[in-house]
Amino acid sequence: MEHHIHSESAFLVGIFDDEDVLMSGVKKIRNSGVKIHEVYTPFPIHGLDDALGYSRSFMSKAAFLFGLTGFTCLITLMVWTMGFDWPMIVGGKDYVSIPVLVPVGFEGTVLFSALGMVATFLTVSNLYPGKKPFLFDSRCTDDKFVMAIDLTKNKLTPEEITSIIKNYGAIEVSTKLVKAGDLD
Amino acid sequence: MSHVTSSVRPPLVTGGKTYGDVTEDICRQVEGKPTTLWNIAFLISLIVLGIGGYGLYRVFWFGIGEWGLNKTVGWAWDITNFVWWVGIGHAGTLISAILLLFRQKWRTSINRAAEAMTIFAVLCAGSYILMHMGRTWLAYWALPLPNTFGPLWVNFNSPLVWDVFAISTYLTVSLVFWYIGLIPDLGTIRDRAKNKVSKVVYGILSFGWDGAAKTWQHYENVSLVLAGLSTPLVLSVHTIVSFDFATSVIPGWHTTIFPPYFVAGAIFSGFAMVLTLMLITREVFGLKDYITIGHIESMNKIIMLTGSIVGVAYITEFVIAWYSGVQYERYAFINRMMGPYWWAYWSMMSCNVISPQLFWIKKIRTSVVATFILSIVVNIGMWFERFVIIVTSLHRDYLPSSWAMFAPTKVDVLDYLYTFGFFFTCFFLFAKFLPVINIAEVKAILKSSSEHVEEHKTVTSAQPGFQARPAFNKDVE
Repeated sequence: MEHHIHSESAFLVGIFDDEDVLMSGVKKIRNSGVKIHEVYTPFPIHGLDDALGYSRSFMSKAAFLFGLTGFTCLITLMVWTMGFDWPMIVGGKDYVSIPVLVPVGFEGTVLFSALGMVATFLTVSNLYPGKKPFLFDSRCTDDKFVMAIDLTKNKLTPEEITSIIKNYGAIEVSTKLVKAGDLD
Repeated sequence: MSHVTSSVRPPLVTGGKTYGDVTEDICRQVEGKPTTLWNIAFLISLIVLGIGGYGLYRVFWFGIGEWGLNKTVGWAWDITNFVWWVGIGHAGTLISAILLLFRQKWRTSINRAAEAMTIFAVLCAGSYILMHMGRTWLAYWALPLPNTFGPLWVNFNSPLVWDVFAISTYLTVSLVFWYIGLIPDLGTIRDRAKNKVSKVVYGILSFGWDGAAKTWQHYENVSLVLAGLSTPLVLSVHTIVSFDFATSVIPGWHTTIFPPYFVAGAIFSGFAMVLTLMLITREVFGLKDYITIGHIESMNKIIMLTGSIVGVAYITEFVIAWYSGVQYERYAFINRMMGPYWWAYWSMMSCNVISPQLFWIKKIRTSVVATFILSIVVNIGMWFERFVIIVTSLHRDYLPSSWAMFAPTKVDVLDYLYTFGFFFTCFFLFAKFLPVINIAEVKAILKSSSEHVEEHKTVTSAQPGFQARPAFNKDVE
C-alpha cells in the first residue's frame, strides 16, 4: 500500500457498533501505540474527548469574554445616552440610576455571550451553511461509531493496526484514500 | 457517559429500540410524503391564518382604533395575548435549559418540539408588539439607534424598552439554541436523503456536520453554556414582562409578587401547550415509544406544581391588598371577584387553581385524554388570568366618571385568530420538515434509559475487548 501519495493520505477506518466497546477500546488502542486521527459518532459520548486526549473546550471562556463585552457595551450606551448625550428627567428618576441598568445590561450580556460563543464554535469547528463534509463512513450519523487512523502518521503497519483495532472491538476495518484538503 | 440504570424508573424509550430504529422512526415523517391528517391540519391552519390575516391588515392599515379599546381600558386583548403567547414560549426554554442543567433525561424526547413552540409563540407575541405600536413601520424607533431626529434616544427607564431587549434577546437566543441542536440531526437526514432537493437543502442546513469527537466536545460545551445562559434569561423575560405592570401605579398591578408569579404562570401555561402539541404529535407521527406515559406524567407533575404556585400567588395578592390598607387596592381585588368581570375571574380560578389539582390522582395524570383536556383548560385559564389582571384593573379608574367596560371587536378576534393560524402553520411545517424529536440526544440516553438495555446486555458482553465500567454493571450482570 502506498502511504505517501503527494496529494492523498491513506486512512484506516474502523467501525464500531457499541459506544462502550468504543470507549474502552480507544484508550487501549492509543496505549498500543496507535495514533487516532479522529472518532466520528452519531451522538455525544461523555468522556470520549478525555480518552482521545483532547484538551478542554474553551467555549465557556469565549462565552464569558463575549458576555463581558456585551455588558460593557450596553452599560456604556445607557450611561452615555441617558447621562450625557440627551439627559432628561422622566418620571422624577435620576439621569443614570443603577437599578435601571440591570435589565438591559443583563440582556446584553446574554445576547453577546450566546451569539459570540456560537460564532466561535462554528468557526473553530469549521461549520458553515452548505459546507460539504468529508465522511469516512456515512453511517457515523446513524448508528455506527467510526474511528479514522491516518496511516501516514503511524509507525505501525496497516496490518498491525487492523489487528489491534479488531481486537478491541471494531466490527469492520477498511482503507480509504483522502485527498489533501478534504478534511479541512 | 453516565449509565445509571435504575430498576425503579420506567424506561424513557420503549419498544426495545436500537440506534438505527431511532433514526428510522424519527426521520420517517421528514422523508415520507405528508399524511392526509397532516394535509388537513395544515390546510385548516392556513385558512385560519388567512382569515386572521384580514384582522392584521385592518390594524396595520387603519390603526388600533379597530380594537375595542377606550380611554379607560387602553390595554386589553393586545397585551393579554402578548403576555399569554410569551408565557407559552417559556416551557420550551425551561425544558431545554433548566431540565438540561438538572440532568433530567426525560427532556430529550420533548425538547426539540418545545423549543420550536417557544420560537413560534414568541413570534406571535412579537406580532402583538408590532400591532400595538399602531404605526408598525416605525417599530425600529424602539431600538437605541442613532437617528435623524437629533440626539434623541429610547428611554431606558421604561420597562417597555426593557421588554424590547428582553423579547428580542429571548427570541434570538432561543433560535440559536434550537438551531444548534438541530445541526447534528440535519446531518443525519442529509446522509439518508434520497432525492436531489433534500440532499441540497439538508446539505446546506446541516452546516457540514460530520460528528467528529472534537466537534461534539465543543458542541456539548456550547449547549451547556447556552442552557446556563437561557435559564436566567427565561426567568428575566417574564419578570421584565411583569414589570410592564408592576412599575406602574394602577391598583392591582403595582405589586412586588408579579415577577415570580408571572414566571410560574408562564411555565404553567407553557407546559400545558407543550402537552397539547406533543399529545397530537405522538398520535399523528406514531411516536408513542419516545413520548411515553412517563413523559406525560412528568409534565403533569410540573403543571401541578406551577398551578399550585399560581394559586398561592392569587391568594397572596388578596392578602396583601387587604393588609396594605389602601382602599383602591382593596377595591380592585374585591371588584375582580364580584364586579362586572366576575365570570373572567372565576373562570381563571377554576381553570388554574382547581383543575390542575386533579393531577394528584395518578389515574388522571397518566391518562392521555384527561391530560389533553386539562392542558387546554389550563391554557384557557391562563388567558383569563392575563385578561383579569389587565382589563379588570383598568376598567375601574380612580374617577368613577371614567369607569368603562371593554368589549372586543371583530378585529380583536381576527388578530387573535391570526396568531393561532401563524403558530400552527409554523408548527406543522416544522413537524413535517424537521425531526420533531432530538435524534442524537435520544440515542445518547438509549442505553441507560430504554428497554433496549436488556437486549443490549447480551450483545456487549459478547464483544471482544469490552470491559464494563462500574456504573454500567447492572446491565452486564
